[in-house]
Amino acid sequence: MRPIILRVLGLAGAALLALPAVAAVNILACEPEWAALASELAGDKANVHSATTALQDPHRIEARPSLIARARSADLVVCTGSDLEVGWLPLLFTQSGNAKIQPGRPGYFEASQFVARIEVPRTLDRSMGDIHPGGNPHIHLDPRNIAKVAEALAGRLAEIDPPNAQAYRERLAAFTPRWRAAIERWEREGARLKGAPVVVYHKDMSYFIGWMGMREAGSLEPKPGLPATPAHLAELVERMKREPAKVIVYSAYTSPKAAEFLSSRTGIPMTMLPFTVGGSDKAKDLFGLFDDTLGRLLAAVK
Amino acid sequence: MFKHRLIAFAVATVVGVFASPARAAEDDLKELREQVRQLKESYEKRIEALEKRLSQAEQSAGKAEVAATNAQASASQAAAQASPRTSSESAFNPGISLIVNGTYGNLKRDPAAYRISGFAPTGGEVALPGRGLSLGESELVMSANIDSYFRGTLIAALAPDNGVSVEEGYIQTLGLSNGFTVKAGRFRSSVGYLNEIHPHAWDFTDASLVNKVFLGNHLAEDGVQVKWVAPTDLYMDLGFEAGRGRTFPGGPAGGRSKNGVGSGVLFAHLGGDIGASTAWRVGLSHLRTSAQDRTYEDLDSTGAGVTNSFTGRSRLMVMDGVLKWAPNGNASQTSFKLQGEYFRRSESGSLAYDTTAASLGTQADAYASRQSGYYGQAVYQFMPRWRAGYRYDRLSAGTTSIGQVNSGALTAADFPILNAYNPTRNTFMVDWSPSEFSRLRLQFARDRSQPGIADNQVFLQYIMSLGAHGAHKF
Repeated sequence: MRPIILRVLGLAGAALLALPAVAAVNILACEPEWAALASELAGDKANVHSATTALQDPHRIEARPSLIARARSADLVVCTGSDLEVGWLPLLFTQSGNAKIQPGRPGYFEASQFVARIEVPRTLDRSMGDIHPGGNPHIHLDPRNIAKVAEALAGRLAEIDPPNAQAYRERLAAFTPRWRAAIERWEREGARLKGAPVVVYHKDMSYFIGWMGMREAGSLEPKPGLPATPAHLAELVERMKREPAKVIVYSAYTSPKAAEFLSSRTGIPMTMLPFTVGGSDKAKDLFGLFDDTLGRLLAAVK
Repeated sequence: MFKHRLIAFAVATVVGVFASPARAAEDDLKELREQVRQLKESYEKRIEALEKRLSQAEQSAGKAEVAATNAQASASQAAAQASPRTSSESAFNPGISLIVNGTYGNLKRDPAAYRISGFAPTGGEVALPGRGLSLGESELVMSANIDSYFRGTLIAALAPDNGVSVEEGYIQTLGLSNGFTVKAGRFRSSVGYLNEIHPHAWDFTDASLVNKVFLGNHLAEDGVQVKWVAPTDLYMDLGFEAGRGRTFPGGPAGGRSKNGVGSGVLFAHLGGDIGASTAWRVGLSHLRTSAQDRTYEDLDSTGAGVTNSFTGRSRLMVMDGVLKWAPNGNASQTSFKLQGEYFRRSESGSLAYDTTAASLGTQADAYASRQSGYYGQAVYQFMPRWRAGYRYDRLSAGTTSIGQVNSGALTAADFPILNAYNPTRNTFMVDWSPSEFSRLRLQFARDRSQPGIADNQVFLQYIMSLGAHGAHKF
């Protein structure tokens, strides 16, 4: 009898001791790109979960029970910020009962704070559509921004998980040169796109367009966040007849209908872009995201 | 000789006469060619120079462009960094949003005479929007983090008849860990599902019948709520509320002058995802309160208006469930929402008839009731901006035992509103949301809340929100 009790107690004790050893940092990323970056930098030191998928519009997410549950156990929440998640993230802060992830604490990381944002509106008015006071929040499609965010995120991981600080630094040191080399390659491969006019669906490609030196020739949305209207599409068709764009793009999470309409009326090729990690079969990680985005554009722009 | 010379001269002259223009033309041509060549050379040189200058200009333009882009980037960076740093007092103003709404009502029956039969009137805001054009209740919402430990929210309701009331005013903790949150103040209770949702986020113009008869439209107590979220991937929360008991089903209105707790709520929720497309939540909640002199108006058998009052305990149990579906969890094209709640209430205590002795004289005796009701609704977004929905309401008056009637002192006709009746209602709606800040809705309801009366109610409604972007509960 006694040995069994001892064994049980011993097992329980071992389990308790073992718990901190296996406990990894719980990271809740608001968007798949930050989940991918966190995985690059944390490896097996973290459990990374993405609140959204590439097929979901990051503006239109609800604070579902499962997200509150994830936020409750999170040690670090990695989001874009700049009001992209304004419709649901505040509820995760107030409902999760987790002090660690509140804004201002190390457990809340806002990627857009670490890069220069473009399209910062000079005036703010809701009549301009769903604009963001802090500038365009879709910062991740300029890979140079990813590099900046990576550096900051590795620092933050080291701050909230000091025992593994060295590991995060090493992983960043391994990631950065690979990423820089990839940026050089993409810039070389994408040189042909320079100056090419492109019609977008939402203003979610602006950073990519700026990086590649392309030119935004129009947007299928009449105003940010509002679905395409027949009148606006008709006007775009006319505009494209005068100054045709090279390509029409839409993101994996948006409906292809408006792009298909404009493409069929103007003969301008169109292509779906993954927008973020998981948006296409090839966009399995951040490298794949840019490989595939560039590949699809180069195939469409002849 | 001379003759030869003459001929020679003549020939020469003739030849000369004919030849000299030809020679001149040849010279001119040569000259022209030379000029053209020179011109060509000079143009080529000039073009070359121009091209050189152009390419130089292009290069510098490119440089300028790069510089401009850099400048723009740094300017936007500066702007992005500078904009939140306005050094005025207003920089820390709370987020303010205002919700305005109005209706056009077309009702077959006069809404002033609206009753829900079989259930004691609640004294809450259960009345229908009026006939014709009317302004609804405007909501002014202010909220901000107080410090790193607390967040504060105030919601003032501006009634169309110029009254202002505090709909909610509470603080909640941010700094607690381990899944705990504490709320204090006046807040919408976590009893049921719809009760916590603000009217502007409802899928129909008015509340379900169960919310009207069991909670007096909505329950917002002055109290404290403690909630705990379990550390599991499956969402689970447990919580309780201790309140004053200031509104129905507590009472009297405003609450008793009593130390301690006037009402209590226990609640638990479970929730999760089914794949990427579906999210769900179910809840169970229990409200216990004791009412003292909770009054309501009725017409007794003599046709006189009397005031009756209930004193006793009230127990309410609610089961709720909500399921939301969207293809891949992306609700921008189509989505579907299914929602339902079941309420069951038991009350026991004493009922005083005609407390103001306006008719047959005050008489008090035992009272007990067991009543229930439910609603189920489905809302389908069939294309961007457009939704259609259907709701079915049903109440069951259950059993009501009135001591005065049992003893024969009074008859059931003296308590007409408590006579057993099972109200039902069918509601259809279509709404259009030009943006996430505005919504127009057309609703049609066939309401059988009173015996023998089927009321057709049509409402055309607008709901708009100004200011800060609100975050809506699931």
